[in-house]
Amino acid sequence: MKTPSPRTPAPGAATAVPDPAAPGSGVPDPGGPDHAASPGAPTGEAPGGAPGGGSAGAPAGEGGTGTAHGTAGDTADGTATGTATGTDGAATGVGDGAATRTDGAATGAAGGASDARAQRALRKRLLGLMPVRVFAVLALAQAGLIVAQADLLARAIAGLDAGPLPWLALAVAGRAALAWGSGALARRSTVKAKAELRRGLLARSYDQRSGGGFVTLATKGLDALDPYLSGYLPQMMTAALVPPIVILRLGFADWSSALIIVVTLPLVPIFGALVGLHTRDATRTQWERMNRLGGHFRDVLAGLSTLRAFGRTEHQSGVVRTMAHDHRRATMSALRVAFLSALVLELVCSLSVALVAVPVGLRLLGGGLGLQVALVVLLLTPEAYLPLRALGTRFHAGAEGLAAAEQIFGILDADRSAAAVSGPAAPPARPAEIRLEDVTVRFPGADRPALDGVSLTVRAGERIAVIGPSGAGKSTLLHLLLGFVRPDSGRVLVDGADLASFDLAEWRRRLAWVPQAPHLFAASVTDNIRLGDPSADPELVRRAARAAHAEEFVQALPEGYDTPLGERGAGLSAGQRQRVALARAYLSDAPIVLLDEPTARLDLASEAAVTEAAIELLEGRTAILVAHRPALLAAADRVVRLRDGRLEDVPREAAV
Amino acid sequence: MRRVLSVVRPHLARLIAAGLAGVTAELCAVALMASAAWLIARASQQPPLAALSLAIVAVRAFAVFRGVLRYADRLAGHDATLRALAELRGRVYDSLARAAVPAPGRPVAAGAPGGEGPARRRTPGKGGARRDADALGHMVADVDSLQDLLLRCLLPITSAVAVAVVAAGLALVLLPAAGLVAAAGLLVAGLAVPACAALAARRLGARVAEARDALAARSLDLLDGRFDLAAFGATARVLERAEAETARLARLEGLAGRVSSIAFGAGVLVQGLTAVGVAGVAIAAGADEVLVAVLALTTLAAFEPVLPLADAAQRLTELRPAARRLAALLEDAPQAPAPARAAGPDAAELELRDVTVRYAPDGPAALDGVSLRVEPDRSLAVVGASGAGKSTLLGVLAGLLPPTSGTALVPPGVRGLTQDAHVFHTSIRANLLLARPAATEDELREAARRTRLLEWVESLPEGWDTEVGEGGRPMSGGQRQRLLLTRALLADPGVLVLDEPTEALDHALADRVLAGVLAARRGRATVLVTHRLTGLDAVDEIIVMDEGRIVQRGTHAGLTGIPGPYRDLWDTERLVSSPAAA
Repeated sequence: MKTPSPRTPAPGAATAVPDPAAPGSGVPDPGGPDHAASPGAPTGEAPGGAPGGGSAGAPAGEGGTGTAHGTAGDTADGTATGTATGTDGAATGVGDGAATRTDGAATGAAGGASDARAQRALRKRLLGLMPVRVFAVLALAQAGLIVAQADLLARAIAGLDAGPLPWLALAVAGRAALAWGSGALARRSTVKAKAELRRGLLARSYDQRSGGGFVTLATKGLDALDPYLSGYLPQMMTAALVPPIVILRLGFADWSSALIIVVTLPLVPIFGALVGLHTRDATRTQWERMNRLGGHFRDVLAGLSTLRAFGRTEHQSGVVRTMAHDHRRATMSALRVAFLSALVLELVCSLSVALVAVPVGLRLLGGGLGLQVALVVLLLTPEAYLPLRALGTRFHAGAEGLAAAEQIFGILDADRSAAAVSGPAAPPARPAEIRLEDVTVRFPGADRPALDGVSLTVRAGERIAVIGPSGAGKSTLLHLLLGFVRPDSGRVLVDGADLASFDLAEWRRRLAWVPQAPHLFAASVTDNIRLGDPSADPELVRRAARAAHAEEFVQALPEGYDTPLGERGAGLSAGQRQRVALARAYLSDAPIVLLDEPTARLDLASEAAVTEAAIELLEGRTAILVAHRPALLAAADRVVRLRDGRLEDVPREAAV
Repeated sequence: MRRVLSVVRPHLARLIAAGLAGVTAELCAVALMASAAWLIARASQQPPLAALSLAIVAVRAFAVFRGVLRYADRLAGHDATLRALAELRGRVYDSLARAAVPAPGRPVAAGAPGGEGPARRRTPGKGGARRDADALGHMVADVDSLQDLLLRCLLPITSAVAVAVVAAGLALVLLPAAGLVAAAGLLVAGLAVPACAALAARRLGARVAEARDALAARSLDLLDGRFDLAAFGATARVLERAEAETARLARLEGLAGRVSSIAFGAGVLVQGLTAVGVAGVAIAAGADEVLVAVLALTTLAAFEPVLPLADAAQRLTELRPAARRLAALLEDAPQAPAPARAAGPDAAELELRDVTVRYAPDGPAALDGVSLRVEPDRSLAVVGASGAGKSTLLGVLAGLLPPTSGTALVPPGVRGLTQDAHVFHTSIRANLLLARPAATEDELREAARRTRLLEWVESLPEGWDTEVGEGGRPMSGGQRQRLLLTRALLADPGVLVLDEPTEALDHALADRVLAGVLAARRGRATVLVTHRLTGLDAVDEIIVMDEGRIVQRGTHAGLTGIPGPYRDLWDTERLVSSPAAA
């Protein structure tokens, strides 16, 4: 009946996604261990570019997208099994394709070429949201300062000269300012980009069919973009630009050391890819298993009352722990492999220092090299690897962001439903006739039309009751008149003009609609009643409430008409909410009334009050009322029946 | 936080081992830099090669150790953390399992995601399945935040403190003046900066959370109220307000971002200036290039684990509310009151005498002086509007809710189908056997036949072993309902209570299923709450409830024969469903 709402990247995300920002804390993560395996990997941008490390770094990170997330947990269903949360992005290689996994079904989907293309388009689009050029400039400046800092420090130490130190302090201040500036810029652009996306989403709320997923996406789901936009993207610039410059400087100082770095740097993604390739199949099943075990806790909590009802709570107490430990074991066996790729990067980084330092030391011994140059080499060598390490730690957080981005863009790109589009014509003030001509309405995915060739004429002042089993299309009929749905074929004519040509907002002013379950807002009773006219005089609001038989209970509320209601009108009973909705209709004083089973499932006293108020509302107005209670039916001039979307006339006596 | 961390105690040894590995790995990183600096600076003085050989070995060894220890540290840290997490999950589960039963519609925390029925009732107290699922998601996230607490806060803090102490100590020994500068710098970067960042984060955190809630509420209005808003031309107005909330949130997030980037920049500044200061002091003190190089480079390296502390401190601040909620949960979980049941003379007899239930002492009565009696082998149907007190009545009958006044004689073993019944993510068989672990295959089939579940199960490729529940095979609302009903039947309790047993089934099927369930009563008492009256002619007694009171009672034939609420309901139902009414 209901389409299952899309599972969204969700609450857990924030806690499960590490954002191991700072340098040094980072666990090196060799960008693309699954380079070849990852469905999302744009394999085209192969590493190995001429200037060495830098250009290898960025694509390596790119390649890794599909891979990381592994243990970071299935935030997709909020279970946040996230286990590798750690300070590291080292969860590489566990499980594939999470970036594309917007729902459980897509787990481990083998990626096709189109998938990769979609991923690339997605990245490009996200890139477009950020001031990439400014980041590039900042990264270049940063590289310059890194080099200057190393030079100045080396000169001070080698010459035992305090002279360069003030300059060094200046360079340090510059680096700090850059760190602050680029961080602030990244965050600010992220916040701006998110606000823009959020506005877009909210504007689309009207088109959403269901539920919780959308609200989560518009609030927390968007936050999953944070690590990608403010962490990964700027870091990509740094990883692409800083190493080449550092290596260039090293080349001038001592070409043999620079050569060592140029040779070892590409080892990082290559080893990573080898590890990833080797473990791909093992990790995919492990990933599913981990997910499953991790979700058990939530499942059991959700079913606690059921367990209680069957006296099984104690039994489960042990099971919860057992499953959690199974989960741990599964996670650990996955991590042992996943962290291997991190180990490789870590070793390459630290061994390179040894690899550079030892020969440099020996050459110093032989007098073939000055101390200052040697110190520059020692200081700059780690800087060549650092950006790559930092990038590695960030990309798996980025993968979560990509999944969210995919969903967000999916909503933003969807065609707006026809119902949201409005025509220019002004509708007549008091329509003399509404005519449905052979109207058919189909909902996507339904096996039969909701309305099937319905023809009906309603004249001014006429009151027509619609009866029929649930699901027969009664509410759809009212939604059609409200312009919420459009006919797939046939026409709705108002005084001979097509409804589709009207300015919808203007047309809806002619209608007073009382739905089956009116939505009340977290605002005062008065504001809820004057929803259609926020400036309405409180005296008018009071009069409308009185007419809707609502005054009595409203005055009994702690602050009367000013009492704030809870979300969805919490604090009022179903019958009271219905009367607030009737008061809305009274206040709008529209010539046409649409009632949708206003008394369904109300308690007896409420039903009597609502029925009475509804019948009074019909007085002197044109009305279409969906109703089954004799009292309401008696107020109708004519009764029609909908069955399976088809309309038939019913003799009044038979109905009542 | 201490309370939550108590779950670590059984795994303390492992955690300490992980911490040690982490500390050693970080120390190796510093030692690598220090020994490399020494090697190079010393080499420039051109001593005999033998003087360098130890340093060469040290550089290589530290390089390897560092990588390997990081690997060990990470594995051990995750292992200890996951063990602690398992313990925490167990304890949280135990607390919740022991906790007093929530009143219907007031779930403490564990609610039912569900909501598959087409007409899930919406009454103020019931709040919607979505909210329950939200609350549950929050709690699970709270529990999982223990991982962040250990892996992203406590372990890194430990490493940073150890490295800072060792590095500053080393510098103090080598050259006291330089050591003081290094210590001061490390204190500022490791203590002052994180403290300020955490303070700012705490101030902002509350406001960000508030702005987020406001935005969520507004999005919900825009979504759930979209028809109401459109019909009354109010969409643009609420959208405008939502945009204002968006802007407010963006502003606050921008502020929070500024705090982190200032903290980061300040850390970098302190790191560099400290190195400058150390070098300057050392040069002024007349140290040689070896000492200056070692001091300056060690200082730089020592800051690497210290700089992330600003983030860790902020994260710690963010985690505090979660820790507080968990502590409250573990501590205060109220014990369930002994259910108000007195074993009557006949164990399977159910009787309520003048029972009144109020959820709040001065609130309205959800049940108001209800008396009824159900004997074995008899059936009772409860009908009435939403909010009439039907679910409360079932709660009392099942012994889950104590009456505020009056007497409830409830035999043990009242089981059945409740609105919040949950389908677990496991096989169909396991879901059913939950009710009676010892049930035979025949009993399983028999129960499934009565509820018309059997056909569907047999049509599945994996039959009884098909995985269902969230994450399993998708089920229609009707299949789910029949699965839950089968489980209730299989439990074979002394008294069977059923809340809306045929909701989500189409009418023809609903009638057959109800007949099957009533026919299978095997001497037990059956109580069912329902909106659908067709088929109730097979029930021995019907009570009609309104506002917590019984307003009518009798048999289907009797009640349809006289004017009153039951007959009105019946007329309506015939009008809605049976074409023959025309």
